[in-house]
Amino acid sequence: MQHGKYRFIVGFLTAPLAIYGLFVIWPFIQSIYYSFTDWSGLSPEFKMVGFKNYTRLLDDEVFWKSLQHSVMLVVLLPLVTLTMALFFAFMLNVGGRRRKNAAIAGVRGSAFYKVVYFFPQVLSIAIVALLFQFAYNPNSGAINSALKAIGLDSVQPDWLGDPDLALWCVFAVLVWCTVGFFVVLFSAGMASIPKDYYEAALLDGANRITTFFKITLPLLWDTVQSGWAYVGILALGAEAFAVVQIMTVGPNGGGPDYSTTVLPLYVYQKAFRDGQAAYATTIGVALLIVTLLFVAVVMKLGRRERLEY
Amino acid sequence: MGSTSAHNNPEGVGRRDLIKRTAALGLISVPTMSFLSACASGDSGSEEKVDKGKKTKENPLAVNETAPLEIVIFDGGFGTKYAEDAKAIYEKNFPKAKVKFSSTQKIQSVLQPRFNQGTPPDLIDNSGAEQMDMGVLVGKKQLSDLTPLLDAPSVDDPAKKVRDTLRPGIVEMGQFDGDPVWIMYYAYTVYGVWYSQKALESLDATYPETWDDMLAVCAKAKKKGIAGWTYAGKHPYYIPFSLYPMIAKVGGVEVLDAIDNLEPNAWKHPAVKTCFEAYYELYKKGYILKGTPGLDHIQSQTAWTEGKALFIPNGSWVENEAAKTMPKDFNLAVNAPSGIDSSDKMPFGTIWASGGEPFIVPAKAKNTDGGMEQLRIMLSEASSKNFTASVKSLTAFNGGTDGIELTPGLKSGVAALEKAGTNVVNPRIQDWYVALQKEKIGVGGLGEMMAGRLTPVEAIKKIQGYADEAAKDDNIQHYKHQ
Repeated sequence: MQHGKYRFIVGFLTAPLAIYGLFVIWPFIQSIYYSFTDWSGLSPEFKMVGFKNYTRLLDDEVFWKSLQHSVMLVVLLPLVTLTMALFFAFMLNVGGRRRKNAAIAGVRGSAFYKVVYFFPQVLSIAIVALLFQFAYNPNSGAINSALKAIGLDSVQPDWLGDPDLALWCVFAVLVWCTVGFFVVLFSAGMASIPKDYYEAALLDGANRITTFFKITLPLLWDTVQSGWAYVGILALGAEAFAVVQIMTVGPNGGGPDYSTTVLPLYVYQKAFRDGQAAYATTIGVALLIVTLLFVAVVMKLGRRERLEY
Repeated sequence: MGSTSAHNNPEGVGRRDLIKRTAALGLISVPTMSFLSACASGDSGSEEKVDKGKKTKENPLAVNETAPLEIVIFDGGFGTKYAEDAKAIYEKNFPKAKVKFSSTQKIQSVLQPRFNQGTPPDLIDNSGAEQMDMGVLVGKKQLSDLTPLLDAPSVDDPAKKVRDTLRPGIVEMGQFDGDPVWIMYYAYTVYGVWYSQKALESLDATYPETWDDMLAVCAKAKKKGIAGWTYAGKHPYYIPFSLYPMIAKVGGVEVLDAIDNLEPNAWKHPAVKTCFEAYYELYKKGYILKGTPGLDHIQSQTAWTEGKALFIPNGSWVENEAAKTMPKDFNLAVNAPSGIDSSDKMPFGTIWASGGEPFIVPAKAKNTDGGMEQLRIMLSEASSKNFTASVKSLTAFNGGTDGIELTPGLKSGVAALEKAGTNVVNPRIQDWYVALQKEKIGVGGLGEMMAGRLTPVEAIKKIQGYADEAAKDDNIQHYKHQ
């Protein structure tokens, strides 16, 4: 009997593990292997060079800059996005004034706001980046025109052309296009919290802030935690890459003066512009380490006792 | 996969052990190291080439008449029609050959894997934003030497070699180190200061030949609320299109050669400083269109065609690229960069002109002769004329403009070339060291200076630092002027 059970388990596990191994683990192993070679990416020939790529990485100023920017995004983006999303979701679901027959309700027009918040999620990230590129146009873009319209003719920043502002401009776009998703996600989470809790809290005279911190947030914690990991990975990977590559200054984005380069962009530039695929995989390994560290931190900090209701 | 060994296990293995073992087998047993080196980067590919055909008068490259040919064209500002027209001629000449033609904007994504597998197409227009690095391709011996093509008789005049029908500098541009010619640049681009003749006339001004005159024209424009200059702020490597030939004019062409050769202190030459200071003065006097550092090439060109700025450093593709926003009576013109004064080393008219649209025949292509023959067809007078007439740009073929009605920009480009005579410069840093030129010198140095965040002295120091770094970096292939 035991024997048959094993066979059953093995039969089920083999295929998914093989696929996982082939398409997830295998490329990782390969990249690590290539990071010890001098492979150009443009010809099949390469040879082993030991730790040369890694020592080069340590001296590479642009690498450190992009690491710094990626770390800044991965720390701040989840913080800002999730805080805003929690606030909006709370206001939409619980934050409204008491009305007849409903002790708990969102602010007026919350159904409409939900659609508005979710809207950016419908657009592809490339379109969002292009739209904002036009908005940030210092000459005729929407933002500077709006500033002019309200009489701020003297405040006409270069936005993406200014190294002090460029990364923050990118950051704002990332927040804008990710917040909506979490508003909807958290709204769904909040909807599943029993109304009785809120009513009981109201009877006890709790205000909105207490209600949020004592009831909503603890009961929503699981969702917040996975959201945290999700935004963090967006900030380290695809989203940040696309926005920086499309919007910012320079032949492949990343400027002015390397003020917005992020790790995935640097990987791309080395592999597909400079013909240094091996060095790109080395940066990729660094990115892998940063990602693993981030997830480890999130899991560690986020561990709490699970509340059941 | 490791699953078969599972049922040989003796009874009593715990469930956790079994899962662990299965996982370990699945994950570790397959990726053995010997397999590793063979997978993603492919093997060295099949080296088989098609047999040579019979060498005749009509077929001087001895193309195999039945061998298939594959062409991949970059579908950019020039479109693909000119190449399709030339392909039709090949098909007519070799009716038994099967020609596969495709075009893409993503040269690198499409072709890099094929180079990696050792099965590249026979002819490629390696152009656009996703251009594959020529320095690496040459360094890794991935390209065919095009010397047989250059020494073949031309289509129009069998007594003349192809190399003798080309514009000055084209053959040299295709060389990297020594004699072999790796790249055939098909288009011929005139770089310089572009402006609207009409706008200049409305200011009662003529094109300034010295920097004092330049500043005077800009002052005049400013009074009318027009900026003197704008440039592609997001791609500041457009600035060199007028700045580098100006450096050559002021200090002699040796200064540019030293820069290309990454010689120590090449950027510290007084001529460089003089020209940087001249450009910086445009910023200081407020002659640069407001917001320029945040504009990309299209946005700055649009502001310029709308008459918000007078001058823009650009290349001859701008006539096609900005056609949509350019007013009918714009009267586009190009001129060589203004110098400092009469003490400059080279005369007014010194201009940057060089090849564009680099065509390559991969070393591992099956039908390299066919690829070269196709280029020979494209370099005939008829094909060249066809290109110029349809996309408003010159080709590497010297001449071929008779009988075509030239557009204003093209006409002024031809005139500028005539005026320049032999004073055509061709800074190679642009194709030898792409990252250094575009990202470091362009964005990090010139862009920052023109936005007023670096002084000329600081910019020169920073750029010299970048150049020294590149000179030391053994990950980059280094080249020198012969």
